[in-house]
Parts: sequence; C-alpha cells; structure tokens
Amino acid sequence: MSQRVTPPTPDQPVPVANFDNHGFWEGCRQHELRLQRCRACHIFRHQPRPMCPHCRSLDYEWARASGRGTVYTFTIVHGPTLPAFQAAAPYNVIVVQLEEGPFMVSNLVDCVAEHIRIGMAVEVVFEDATEATTLPRFRPLR
Amino acid sequence: MLSIRDRAAIIGIGQTEFSKQIGKTEHRVACEAIAAAIADAGLTPADIDGIVRYDIETNTELAIIYSLGIPHLRFFAGVTSGGGAVCGTIVLAAMAVATGQANNVVCFRARNRGRRSVSGPGKFGGGRPWEKTPTLLTDFYQYHIPFGLVTPAQEMALIYRRHMHEYGTTTEHFGHVAVAQRAHAARNPNAVMRQPITLADHQHSRWIAEPLRLLDCCLETDGGCAVVVTSVERARDARHPPAYILAGAQAEGPIHIQLADYFQHWKEDTGGRAVARQLYGMAGIHPEDINAAMFYDHFSPAVLLSLEDYGFCAPGESGPFVAAGNIAWPTGRLPVNTHGGSLSEAFIHGYNHLLEGVRQIRGTAACQVKDAQLVLVTSSNTDPTGAIVLRR
Repeated sequence: MSQRVTPPTPDQPVPVANFDNHGFWEGCRQHELRLQRCRACHIFRHQPRPMCPHCRSLDYEWARASGRGTVYTFTIVHGPTLPAFQAAAPYNVIVVQLEEGPFMVSNLVDCVAEHIRIGMAVEVVFEDATEATTLPRFRPLR
Repeated sequence: MLSIRDRAAIIGIGQTEFSKQIGKTEHRVACEAIAAAIADAGLTPADIDGIVRYDIETNTELAIIYSLGIPHLRFFAGVTSGGGAVCGTIVLAAMAVATGQANNVVCFRARNRGRRSVSGPGKFGGGRPWEKTPTLLTDFYQYHIPFGLVTPAQEMALIYRRHMHEYGTTTEHFGHVAVAQRAHAARNPNAVMRQPITLADHQHSRWIAEPLRLLDCCLETDGGCAVVVTSVERARDARHPPAYILAGAQAEGPIHIQLADYFQHWKEDTGGRAVARQLYGMAGIHPEDINAAMFYDHFSPAVLLSLEDYGFCAPGESGPFVAAGNIAWPTGRLPVNTHGGSLSEAFIHGYNHLLEGVRQIRGTAACQVKDAQLVLVTSSNTDPTGAIVLRR
C-alpha cells in the first residue's frame, strides 16, 4: 500500500452517499473504481448525476473503470486550509483525466511534489480515510 | 428585437468604508451602502420599488425595506452564486426597468468576510465560508473536499496551472497583474492596500496553493456597495451624469466547484466567452472600442483569463500582454481595475468594480482614464458569470 497523504482526523469531512451516487462510493469501499456509464449511449460520466448529459437517458450502470489515467493539472496546497488537512501541508491535489474520459479530483501518492508532472501516467489506489469512507487516490503507473 | 440595450442606467452609487474588520453587522453595512446610493441618485427610499441581490446575500429584501423604510417593492430577485452574480444583478435590474416592472432598482452586496468578522455559524454568516465546511458533505463538494481541495484559491490554482502548461504562462505574468493593480490602489484613498509592490515582492510572497502566492490572492474585506438602476428616461433628471447600460449578459456553464466539468469543456468554450459573444453582439462594439475594464479578480490570473475570454488577446497571449504594460493606468492600452480591484482596493465580491466602472464614466476615478466612453465590468469568469458595458 501507498503512503497516506492526508491522515484521517475526527473532523475530516467525508462524503455522504445518496441515491444517485452510491455506486461510486460503494465501489471505492470495495477497492474498485466504478463510474456511471449510460446504458443508452455508453458514455462514462463523473461526477455522478441522475441523467446522461449527452442523451438524457436515466438508465445507467456502475461500470468498473480501468483505474488508469494521466495527470491533467495539479496544485501543491500550502494553506490556509481546513484544520483536518493543515498538518499534511504542503500536500498535492491533482486532476486526473481517466482513460474512460472523465476528470476526477484526487491526490497523488508515492511521489514527491517536485516529480509531479502534467501528463504523467497514474493508476488508482484505495485508502481508507475513515472507518466508513474509502477514497480513490492515484500513484505513478509502474 | 426586444433588448436591454440602452434602456437603463446606473444613476447612484454608494458604499461603506472598506476594512479588515468593520465592527458592524452585515445588515448595517447594507443599510449604509444603499442609503448612500439612493442619496447619490438624488432619490429617497420612497422612490425605490425594486431590489436585486446575490442569492447568498444574508440581507433579505425584507431586512432592507424595514430598515430603510421603503414602502412598497414591486420587483425583487436574487442571482445565483457569489462572484458570478455581480453583473447579473444589473442585467436583472435593467430588464425590470426596461419592461416597467420597476422604476428604480437597488442592487447591492454587503459582507463581513474579514477573517475575524464571523457573525453567525452559517456558511455565509461572516468570515471565510470554507472554514465552516461541514463534516458530512452532501453536495458536489464531496468529490473535492475529502482530497483536501477546500478553498477557492486551491480550486482556481488547478485551472491556472493548466493555463501555464498549455500556453507557457508564468507566475511572473500573474505578478504583473498584482503590481499594476497595487499601483492603481496607491492613488485611491478608498483602497485597503496602498503600499506599492514590485515583481520581486510578488515572487517572494509565500505560496498559498501553487502556482498561487499570497500576492495573487484577493483581500478579505468587510464592507458594502450599492447602485441604483433606473430607466434612461428617468436617468436624465439624475444628480450625476448617468452611466448608461449599453449591454449586459449572463452565462452559466461549467463552474469551478465542479472541476470535472470545467476541464471537460474549457478549450471549446467558457462562460466568459459565451458572455462576450452576447455582449458585443448586443452592444454592436468590438473589444478594441473599450477604454477600461473592471475584471473580477479573486486571483490575479483571473484577469489573464478574462483578457482572453473578452477578446483583448488570443488564447495564451494574456501573459505577454500584461508584461508589456497594457493593463497599467495611464499608459496601458486597456487600463484594468483602476481602483486596485479585489487584490488591492477591497474584496466586496466584485461589487466595488461596478462602482469604479461608474466613476470612470462620470470622470471621477482616482486613476481616471482620459475621455472614457465605454467601460467593461465582468463577474467572476469561471462561475456562473456575466458582464455589462457602461457608456457615457
């Protein structure tokens, strides 16, 4: 497993799953990156939403994504930031363009800030942020 | 074709003092700014029959009318978002007076957003909204905040980093914006930050969220600003020369709190470009006709993106454009944020930019652009956004 970049603290904000997005967070708990894929036009989408913005279909599945992508952009956060994260600063936040097309906000682990590059290939890893929440993070593709 | 082109004007402007901690409620701040704007227009509260505010404004219409003694509102509305709402409020007010739904409309923003000006526990109860992030995330923020992406600076840093990658934009280019605007603020007695800065000061200021440094970030200010919008017919009787609203437009597209969607589309189009097309079409003008621009500047590189969105530069050319001195008053080809903007005058969620636009048209700005005929004012360019063109 990779190093933890944002240690969990009692006040760490966590996602609350709902009817439209539960498949994403449930997938994370099972260490699978699952994205919404429209059953009508087969286009992947993230962030989750009830309707396909391409064909307006309400019919979708939670499809397993490859977990691979490239870094589209990134920042190194120094702060101020939330107390739950400040101790980890400076830490990175990346936007990954997934192989399936959608973009996703995440963190890059197993990589020092100086080595983060736009365009670098990455793959998903899963880290338990709290007892109930698992977050999809990424590491350089080996 | 029906249009708001040249149908309305801003005839009154008002504000409170700007400070890091004003020591007044947002309710009082709003009352002071609005009363000043009504007086500046040569009207009384009894003449006001419309109010437009940001939908996140804590002062409701009710709070305003019972304090100012406004007897009867016929029109009231809110515009979604924060910095994306600035010019949308004016567009709605212009629509209302152009269609006879109201005669005189007050538009305003009042805020206690200094770090220590917390007045209530709610997200918009003063202070920094992001510091009040709940532990349980039920909205779109749940795809960002668990990864430590919390503040506007952090969100926008991602967008600016990509611009650097695509076009070779540098942090020195950001610095040219900060330096130029501080030089403008140095002449403005209203400005919170008046000490001139150099490019070296900018480059040595601490990182907030790379590539953004402290001197790229807007101030955190308490204060209020208000304007009075009326029809062109009534504007002729105003106390001051009217700032006619030549054109106004809004657009809502992929926004920065939903980064996934922003990056999906930004190369093809942005909210700013969508507004610019509507605006120039309605006004029948081109970017080169504009004499000064008040760009929403929560962060200095927002000015770079706006220069490109509104057609003053081709995509990727805004960095060299500012480095060549083009946004600096008085010699630049397009003086930008001549009051110092959010970076140096005050951060009133962009509303102080409207006041400066009116001052440029009146000829009363501290950094007055000679013979300013057309002034562009914009809302935040990655939010739901908007813009207006004011003319003499």
